[in-house]
Amino acid sequence: MKTTIANLKRGQRALIKEITSDVIPLKLLEMGCLPGNEVQLLQAAPFQCPIYLNVNGSHLAIRKEIASQIEVQII
Amino acid sequence: MAKQIKVSLIGNPNTGKTSVFNLLTGLNQQVGNYPGITVEKKEGICKLSRGVKAHILDLPGTYSLNASSVDENVVIELLLNKKDKDFPDVAVVVSDVENLKRNLLLFTQIKDLEIPTILVINMADRMNRKGITLDIPLLEKELNTKIALVSARKKEGIDELKKLIESHALLPKTPCVDALSFAPDYFDRLKKTFPNQSLYKLWLVITQDVNFRKFDKQQVDIAPDFKIKSESELKRLQQKETIKRYQFINDVLKRGLIVDEKAATGMRAKLDRVLTHKFWGYFIFFMILLLIFQAIYDWSSYPMDMIDEAFAWLSEATKSALPAGPFVDLITEGIIPGLGGIVIFIPQIAFLFLFISILEESGYMSRVVFLMDRVMRRFGLSGKSVVPLVSGTACAIPAVMATRNIENWKERLITILVVPFTTCAARLPVYLIIIALVIPDEKVGWIFSYQSLTLMFLYFLGFGTAVGSAWLLNKILKIKSKSYFVIEMPGYKIPLFKNVVINVVEKTKAFVFGAGKIILAISIILWVLASFGPNENFNNAEEIIATEYVDLSEEEQENKIASYKLEHSFIGYAGKAIEPIVAPLGYDWKIGIGIISSFAAREVFVGTLATIYSVGSDEEETIKNRMAAEINPKTGGPLFNFASGISLLLFYAFAMQCMSTLAIVKRETNSWKWPMAQLIFMSALAYGVALIVYQILK
Repeated sequence: MKTTIANLKRGQRALIKEITSDVIPLKLLEMGCLPGNEVQLLQAAPFQCPIYLNVNGSHLAIRKEIASQIEVQII
Repeated sequence: MAKQIKVSLIGNPNTGKTSVFNLLTGLNQQVGNYPGITVEKKEGICKLSRGVKAHILDLPGTYSLNASSVDENVVIELLLNKKDKDFPDVAVVVSDVENLKRNLLLFTQIKDLEIPTILVINMADRMNRKGITLDIPLLEKELNTKIALVSARKKEGIDELKKLIESHALLPKTPCVDALSFAPDYFDRLKKTFPNQSLYKLWLVITQDVNFRKFDKQQVDIAPDFKIKSESELKRLQQKETIKRYQFINDVLKRGLIVDEKAATGMRAKLDRVLTHKFWGYFIFFMILLLIFQAIYDWSSYPMDMIDEAFAWLSEATKSALPAGPFVDLITEGIIPGLGGIVIFIPQIAFLFLFISILEESGYMSRVVFLMDRVMRRFGLSGKSVVPLVSGTACAIPAVMATRNIENWKERLITILVVPFTTCAARLPVYLIIIALVIPDEKVGWIFSYQSLTLMFLYFLGFGTAVGSAWLLNKILKIKSKSYFVIEMPGYKIPLFKNVVINVVEKTKAFVFGAGKIILAISIILWVLASFGPNENFNNAEEIIATEYVDLSEEEQENKIASYKLEHSFIGYAGKAIEPIVAPLGYDWKIGIGIISSFAAREVFVGTLATIYSVGSDEEETIKNRMAAEINPKTGGPLFNFASGISLLLFYAFAMQCMSTLAIVKRETNSWKWPMAQLIFMSALAYGVALIVYQILK
């Protein structure tokens, strides 16, 4: 099974590997969610959705469906 | 008039762009709308030096030139159209020192448009605390621009910015990165076909679905082989472009920006741990909501009472100061009570906008969105619907506009459709007066009174109906839209006093003048309709009463004449005509008139009754006493009793009685279908509920 942002635990850091799906909005990419950049899960709302991330220095929140489309490698 | 330098302020949301705008223009600013759309247009004048002024335009916040909302479209439409009267001589891109990397993405795009550009790095006062050091000369060289280091909070660096604006002719116009090198063949061909155009401009015209000047669009349409074949192909290319830009930015910042993590201290993590906590986060949000309602209903009642009395006094004083006549009657019985009905809202609207702007400025609102998203989604709404629903307690108009940042169309549409159920400020005077009339002024337990509990119930009813109809709409509406949700979580900031004050003043002004015009017009029309009649019964009222009631005292006769006149005026006949429709709800023809007139705007109800009841009455008496004394001719008891009062409260809770909201919904949904559906559904619900409740309670 692929590891995605949705699998991260609180405080865990990871590197973004690949963004394949068309579902990912351009806006998210523009906010720094690009392959090779670092992502850290800061906080999750109840039921793990939405999740609050630090991506490449940007603080943002996304829903689980999108988070589970972004493949990462935990570091 | 001397020529003004035209400046556009551009930047990501949450960079303090508006603070910079406020600092440059002071109170010398005005807020309007872009023609044809409801995007706020903020502009102002800034004095640079002797005889030189700048016209500053504060463009809507945007993350990039790839527009995804109406607000963002405004930015590229302006920047691509050299003929626009607002086309900037110089673009000022405002960035936040803590988010420089992300903010520079937009900067590189603006540079590609070959417009002279200044980079403002704002919040410079936070550099020390965050352990950030900048190599300004290096950044200026690499980014091919001039940089102004500004702290809007400490009012530092503004003079340097003004100097840069004044000498804008010296700014370089060339791009700082070749971001379009990801598809060399394609762009080479494009360059050959349109040798005189900027490549990036052409690229934007091809990729963006916005209303460009015909000229540009046609040019590209002539060459269909430049069209991008599919949505996913377009996305792939835009992704490549974004990566190119970030590669450049990362490379520049690696040399130009040093962050000493050890020196960095921040409240963000600590505050977030509490404010987004699974229990405390919700608890704190709930307490803040309670505080807001307390302010709106309790604290604002003092200035409101004063306004109420002041207008009653003014009406009386005008009457005694001026000679009697129809014109003076129009002023004292039509215009002054009408104006009073508008001014009385100011304290509540101001309080609400005060809280909302503090919550937004501080960065807390994003945490609320984060906390509420999951809950709201169950009802087909988004976390971002919370802000409109809370704003809806002031007025549905800004609330409908606040739905713009909901990316998912279905969630946004549902939010727009249900927002008018929330208890807006305009319902409040109706609620307050009816509650005072029919709910006993007694305490339950120590603190709560029946009256305040009723009011609270009506608020919950509003929210409950909004959320319940959202759930229903979510089941009914078959709209497929891509569900995505990205929200920036800005750092916490202490709100700037100046920004908050300007915001509150602007929003209150917009409400008072917007709604005010309608209310004033309607109260004048009502007065005219109540002061003239279609037949002789009206004109001969004095004689008819005098012959019919010979034994009555002069005062009693006068009261009889007044009510006889009202009954035989135009409005009296209109009211009588609809009485059969409203009688099953427990209302008489006077309330009927109130309801009809409040289909334009519900706050008109109290004003209408005020106008109806003060026509022909001399004493300075508050409207409440007059309403309490009103007798239902059928039952012989008071007209406003428990059953009719509750029925009226529920009618106003559900009915769609606001033309301005319907107009704004039409604009935002671009179709008459949705506002009409709202009008029909809400009115039917209101009538049905009021009917059932009255028939049970009577």
